[in-house]
Amino acid sequence: MSMELRTSPHQISERNVPTIMKHVVLSLLPVCAFSVWQYGLSALALLLTITATCLLTERLLNRSAGQASTLGDWSATITGVLLALTLPPSFPLWMGVVAGFVAIAIGKALFGGLGFNVFNPALIGRAFVQAAFPVAITTWVPAFSAQRFSEFVPTTLTAPLMMPPDVVEWVKLQAVDAFTGATPLARWKFENVIASTHDLLTGAVTASAGETSAILILVCGLYLAARKFMDWRIPVAVLASAALTAWLFQLYDPTHYPAPTFVLLSGGLMLGAVYMATDMATSPVTPLGVWIYGAVIGVVTVMIRYFGGLTEGVMYAILLGNALTPFIDLYTQPRVFGTRQQGKNK
Amino acid sequence: MSLPNQADEGITFDTFMEGVWRQNPVFVMVLGMCPTLAVTVSAVNGLSMGVATLFVLVSSCLLVSLIRHLVPKEVRIATYIVIIATFVTLVDYLIQAASLALYEALGAFIQLIVVNCIILGRAEAHASKNPPLKAVVNALGMGVGFAIGLLALGGTREILGAGKLFGISLFGEHFQPWVVMVLPPGGFFVLGGWLLLFALFRKKPVTEGGHAHD
Amino acid sequence: MSEPITPQTTPSGKMIATMVLVASICGVLIVGAFESTQAAIAENKRIMVERAVFKVLPGAASVKEYAATPAGIQPLTGAMPEGGIKFYAAYDQAGALKGIAAEAAGKGYADVVRILYGYDAQCQCIIGIGVVSMRETPGIGDKIITDKAFLKNFEALDVRVNAEMTALANAVKVVKHGSKTSPWQIDAIAGATVTSKAVGRGINDSAQKLLPLLVPHIAELKS
Repeated sequence: MSMELRTSPHQISERNVPTIMKHVVLSLLPVCAFSVWQYGLSALALLLTITATCLLTERLLNRSAGQASTLGDWSATITGVLLALTLPPSFPLWMGVVAGFVAIAIGKALFGGLGFNVFNPALIGRAFVQAAFPVAITTWVPAFSAQRFSEFVPTTLTAPLMMPPDVVEWVKLQAVDAFTGATPLARWKFENVIASTHDLLTGAVTASAGETSAILILVCGLYLAARKFMDWRIPVAVLASAALTAWLFQLYDPTHYPAPTFVLLSGGLMLGAVYMATDMATSPVTPLGVWIYGAVIGVVTVMIRYFGGLTEGVMYAILLGNALTPFIDLYTQPRVFGTRQQGKNK
Repeated sequence: MSLPNQADEGITFDTFMEGVWRQNPVFVMVLGMCPTLAVTVSAVNGLSMGVATLFVLVSSCLLVSLIRHLVPKEVRIATYIVIIATFVTLVDYLIQAASLALYEALGAFIQLIVVNCIILGRAEAHASKNPPLKAVVNALGMGVGFAIGLLALGGTREILGAGKLFGISLFGEHFQPWVVMVLPPGGFFVLGGWLLLFALFRKKPVTEGGHAHD
Repeated sequence: MSEPITPQTTPSGKMIATMVLVASICGVLIVGAFESTQAAIAENKRIMVERAVFKVLPGAASVKEYAATPAGIQPLTGAMPEGGIKFYAAYDQAGALKGIAAEAAGKGYADVVRILYGYDAQCQCIIGIGVVSMRETPGIGDKIITDKAFLKNFEALDVRVNAEMTALANAVKVVKHGSKTSPWQIDAIAGATVTSKAVGRGINDSAQKLLPLLVPHIAELKS
């Protein structure tokens, strides 16, 4: 008779990295579906291209580094999907490929792969293309155009390395009334027009998919939080601090600063708070640290929106939060049980 | 190493090539990063900065080498700085006389050649211990290596960031410029890329712990 | 001097002598370079100014520097007088006054945008602008020199001075793209509002200060 001797743990939790990541991807599917329903073929092509690029880059770099494939941990898939959701649906596919490659190669592989990356890879990819192609990333086309399932937006199929064509004429053909080509945040910043909460909730505004489906993202986030696949404190801290900051500014000058609901529902704040700030590799682990991290992101987002040159600040706020994470962790270490407070134990 | 022996060694091809390849200031020693990152937005800017630095490097090394027996060691750094600053001032005037547009493009970085550590480093480590001809050949190599580095960076950034090389359009008017490449972050991206490429090329043990594959 | 005691300390005299020698060599070199390049540098600067002025005042053939002060205007020789503003008077082939050029600066998206504008005394308006220096985002902010619709604003931008000669009759103002109604308004570039506003603000600031000083004396320049 052979007896197997094993050390603990004897029961292995199913909550490992691939499982969590897989659930995050699944929970993003409704958001993707909404995006495709809004923008049709172009949005679908962009999603698939970027995700494929991310997976391919990951595999390629695995091979060149002589590692086993890490495609199975689903993290490259998440990066690809999130990246696609933050870009304009009419973004040229070749620029999407650049964004996906930079996200994985510079945002993740360069640091040593998943878990070692300092910054959220999807946001690195987006930050790069925002700096590289500032015109393309601020060009928007109307949602719900009639032929969205039968034809691409002309910019989508731009030849590699070439400049995307002007979409003004194409947009006129779509005959969508009152199309301004500016996101709600840009319209608020430059024209002082505040989109109605109803429009923001139903996605009847011009913006990337990640910006138009705030409620959908919130519901998906609730699912993840309920299954404990993410730390609910981070989105709560981000959204609460952003709302509080916005509310204070509105108290100070209600004619100039918009209501907290506008701040929460416009732009990529919801997607950033629920899916990007919560990235496990780049957010703090201590309970107090998580609150500080979330609050920093919320406040910085509002500050950039109100006082910066850019219209949206979520991306840089989260990247800044990522950069602060090691310090936050260092200074918020909980007291080890049985020891005294620092400074008193001498 | 003992000084007399080193000074007695003749001028070999390596005296020149050391700076171009084995000890390239940009790609191997990673020195003088301020001008390397800041002015290399185009091939012309990179090359002019490289040539300006080359001139300062060669002339100061020559002068330092000529007076090497004269200068007491207590005041040598002060002397070198005065010499380097003189040649930087000369270059400053010469560039202004040659082209004001170039002068504006290079901006404060012409004056900042004076703090470029390659120059003081060469003066202290090589020119002050070697005869004039050898010092000049070595400085020439270092300067050429630096200029090549700056030209490589400037060329890459100009091609990606503007679709041009030396102001000549390469891809037609529909080329989409990668704006980030002519902005400061682009300098870091391109430098990183070149360092990677250079490391792959050399693939020799740099540190003692490195494995020799060849 | 608290130096560590070493067997061979160089005497101070030798150190000083060396430094003096090196400094003299360097001094000679610098003076030589300065003397031999000064003429070329001055010529370069003049050509640069002329080129910039000719660009904003087409048809001009020569340029003179002037300073405008509350006391009047005078040719600029040497240092700028207290409270003076520099401007350029441009003349055509026949020697008649073609227009005035002056510099304006406004805070743009990345850094200060410095431009030169050409002022026509007949129509009391700005008839051209050129960029002196800017670091705006390529592809967006630099449209201020390429966007034809934007440059159209400066074919005849109204900068009349009010009757009391204290300020402009109508402040130069940048308006949202497509909503220009008056000749003193500047139609902003869509998507490059910040840079457009920098240009407009810069022109307004400069013209508000310079033109009230200059216009009463403009006849003095017509020679």
